Amino acid sequence: MKSTKRFFARLISFATAKAQDQRLSEEIEEHIALQTDENLRAGLSPDEARRQAILKFGGREAIKEQYRSERGLLFFENLARDLRLAVRMLRKSPGFTAVAVVTLAMAIGANAVVFGVLNALILNPLHVPQADSLYGIQHGNEASSYQSYPDYLDLRDRNRSFDDIAGYDAAQVGLDDGGDPSRAWIFLATGNYFDVLRLQPFLGRFFRASDEHGPNSAPYIVLSYSYWHTHFQDDRGVVGRVVQVNKYPYTILGVAPPGFNGTLVFFNPAFFVPLVNQEQVEGVNDLNARGHRFIFMTLGHLKPGVTKAQAIADLNSIGSYLEKTYPKDDDQRTFTLARPSLYGDYLGKPMRAFMTGLMFLSALILLAACANLGSLFGARAADRSREVALRLALGASRARILRQLFTEALLISLMGGALGLWGGFVLMGGLSAWQPFSRWPAQLAVNPDANVYGVALFLTLASGFLFGAFPVRQVLRTNPYEIIKASSRGMTGGRVTFRDLALIVQIAICALLVTSSIVAVRGLLRSLHSDLGFDPRNAIIADTDLSMAGYSSARVPQMQKRMIDAAAAIPGVESVGLIDWAPLVSGGTIDTRVFRDATADLRPSNAAATSFQYGISPEYFHAARTALLAGRTFTWQDDENSPRVAVINQEFARKVFGSAADALGGYFKKPDGTRLQVVGIVENGKYSRLTEDTQPAMFLPFLQSPSTQTYLAVRSDRDPAQLAAAIRAKMRNLDSGLPVYMGPWNKELATTLFGSRMAAIALGVMGVIGAMLSITGIFGMAAYSVSKRLRELGIRMALGAQRKEVLQAALGRALKLLGIGSGVGLLLGILASRVLSAIVYQATPRDPVVLAGVVAAMLLLGLVATWIPARRALAIDPAILMRED
Amino acid sequence: MKQKTDVPQGTLALMVLKTLDVLGSLHGYGIARRIEQISGDLLAVNQGTLYPVLLKLEQEGMIASEWGASENNRRARFYRLTKEGRKQLQVETQDWQQTATMIERFFAAKAEDLS
Repeated sequence: MKSTKRFFARLISFATAKAQDQRLSEEIEEHIALQTDENLRAGLSPDEARRQAILKFGGREAIKEQYRSERGLLFFENLARDLRLAVRMLRKSPGFTAVAVVTLAMAIGANAVVFGVLNALILNPLHVPQADSLYGIQHGNEASSYQSYPDYLDLRDRNRSFDDIAGYDAAQVGLDDGGDPSRAWIFLATGNYFDVLRLQPFLGRFFRASDEHGPNSAPYIVLSYSYWHTHFQDDRGVVGRVVQVNKYPYTILGVAPPGFNGTLVFFNPAFFVPLVNQEQVEGVNDLNARGHRFIFMTLGHLKPGVTKAQAIADLNSIGSYLEKTYPKDDDQRTFTLARPSLYGDYLGKPMRAFMTGLMFLSALILLAACANLGSLFGARAADRSREVALRLALGASRARILRQLFTEALLISLMGGALGLWGGFVLMGGLSAWQPFSRWPAQLAVNPDANVYGVALFLTLASGFLFGAFPVRQVLRTNPYEIIKASSRGMTGGRVTFRDLALIVQIAICALLVTSSIVAVRGLLRSLHSDLGFDPRNAIIADTDLSMAGYSSARVPQMQKRMIDAAAAIPGVESVGLIDWAPLVSGGTIDTRVFRDATADLRPSNAAATSFQYGISPEYFHAARTALLAGRTFTWQDDENSPRVAVINQEFARKVFGSAADALGGYFKKPDGTRLQVVGIVENGKYSRLTEDTQPAMFLPFLQSPSTQTYLAVRSDRDPAQLAAAIRAKMRNLDSGLPVYMGPWNKELATTLFGSRMAAIALGVMGVIGAMLSITGIFGMAAYSVSKRLRELGIRMALGAQRKEVLQAALGRALKLLGIGSGVGLLLGILASRVLSAIVYQATPRDPVVLAGVVAAMLLLGLVATWIPARRALAIDPAILMRED
Repeated sequence: MKQKTDVPQGTLALMVLKTLDVLGSLHGYGIARRIEQISGDLLAVNQGTLYPVLLKLEQEGMIASEWGASENNRRARFYRLTKEGRKQLQVETQDWQQTATMIERFFAAKAEDLS
């Protein structure tokens, strides 16, 4: 306490230095005057009295100096002095300063952005209180979390580990608030949802468990803050207003707090509706269907003192109870807990791995930048060794000189950090505003918080100290006498120095990044041309959900048929197919267990396979260009009155029947016992993700497997925009209240390609930064070695050395390092590609294009970096050089 | 002739505190004078060294200062003990006495006492 008080007193007096100096002078004058008076009284002559008084007082300047060091913050005064000198030194070499600042700015900016995203995605994603104890309940045997409503109720009521458990499902609804009908993505949430999350409304109130009284009993809406902001213009009067959701009247209860965008980080629902109203929202009532796991995720806070393991054991005991009680629906019910924000481990695991990798890479980049600047700094210190020696000779302490060097380093790092952080902010702002998918409400608010600032500041200071530390040894070993006596030149060593190692590391990192980004880009390109089982080019996907416009039961297929006919009637349209979930587009897929015809006991463990299920119109395969390999496709006669039939893909045939030949004409069963006859076999395709393994899929006639979900694949060579307008007009003619979404099919694949695209972009950006760093590193080293050896090279040339030999002498070392570094980096890159293959389709380094690309890139890099030093080495005129000293 | 002893800074600070405790408010010259008198000229106080000590004590809150008029009616800085300074003085006096007693005993000890 004493020392803090003193510190503040000093801080104040540091600010009021002038007044304090004056006070001391005055006190000294007074002191001497009093002593003089005393001496006069003792009988001395006036002159002598004053002289004695002054003598007795002691060395006045020394006292003043002592007083000053006591008074103010000597540290800060010296710092100010060092800063002034540092600014002067940096101004003297603007090129060096600019390179250093920009290099650091890129590295620190990259780190700030990556950390900002990491922070927003993983560290602090949900903006709910006490997020530490919030867990999603995930299945024990796979990274998914869906539950049926009855199972959810059992989990909620029978567990002893959670405060309470909430659940939600994502759904799309038609919203009519008086203006144009629009579609909105929402969360169907259990009544206790907001209470479980411990949230307080921003406006009005939330719906609660007490609002639920059975199916469709709670027609309430809670708006998310951002939707309220964008669609209701911050109108506080919305509370209590009644709007139409899928043509049903709903009352707006309140607005959720700002920053809260649901419990999935990548999915921002527009509003929340009680789950008991599922029938009105999704068109079906699954509240009593134990086998229908439509709840996307369940989650809750662990009770204080309950560990994760205890909670899992508790859930598993409920699981075995469910298994025993409902053997037909519930099978192998085990659970784990995972963070809810990235849908448990499903996205959480790859995302965490990828972000950690990215963070690691960007940290490496910063390290490389530091190594780079460090060697530049070391070189500068060597150039300044005369100055340093002179200062040492004049009595400066080594510590003082080191401090000066560190001040310079920190000044650069602070400037770089500030610039980098600013750039990072711009980028993060862009990221926050960015909506990568037109179809999904995915938006990630990357708002830099205290964590991001803290990390940026820490990295800035750490890197300043790191590269500032390079010349330390040099200074500590400086022998002023030797250096001043001899010329500063001539300290070239043959051994591998730390600086060489730093450069190798840096080049290796760069090569690693270049390798990974080329691998990622190659994988991405390949995935665009891979065999999808359909042709997304020259086709438009128009989709809608008829339940949003109030269609149900028999009116649904009638309307769908009219839609197909209307679209087919547009001039230039080659064919139109209907499917209930377009593969690779809709994100959602239905997968169903299927059983061999011989299986009588249809419990889940007896299933022959789990297959994607699609309901399609007769023309679909033609419109999608999916090849029919055997048998027939559907006709309009395959309706509810005719025998159940299916078209399956090759994988389905292989898994369930053994071969395609056995499959055609054969029968299989669905979990409800329906027997279906296989009438056709189509090629395999990709259904939910590009990186998925080959999956079984079955196609059923949409008249036998009705759904309100309607995707029209419209194939035509016409201009997509014109075609879309024509389709829209046709649909409006059929029903003006039907919200239809439209886009070219290949663009709609963006969702599935998002991961690989992001990976390729991120790695590409990092690769470019890494390459720039390597260039400055090699350039610095080569330029330095040329300038240090000018005399030697000059002598060699004078003695008749050839250009080639001169170049070899000047640049050989730099190029050798480039070679070693590239080799190491390439090897690392090949290893890293395994990680990458989880995200990017077919990412493999065993690809001549990748290898050739890396080698070419590194060669180009070396050429760029050594161009100027090489020119300089060749331009040496021995005559001029020899005359110089 | 015996050399005058240099004063360690901590000791000087303690002397300043004690002086102010006994004499109340005093200017720098007065304090210097007083210390000189009491120590019987044993201490070679380079009088000026007093001022950094005064500043340090003031920053620590042991003493406070204000401008006033000296005996010859000129502006002078007067120092006085604060409450905290008085407490500190007590503590340090005790410490000092303990140390002194200990050292005294140590010096008084004869060889047979230690065996």
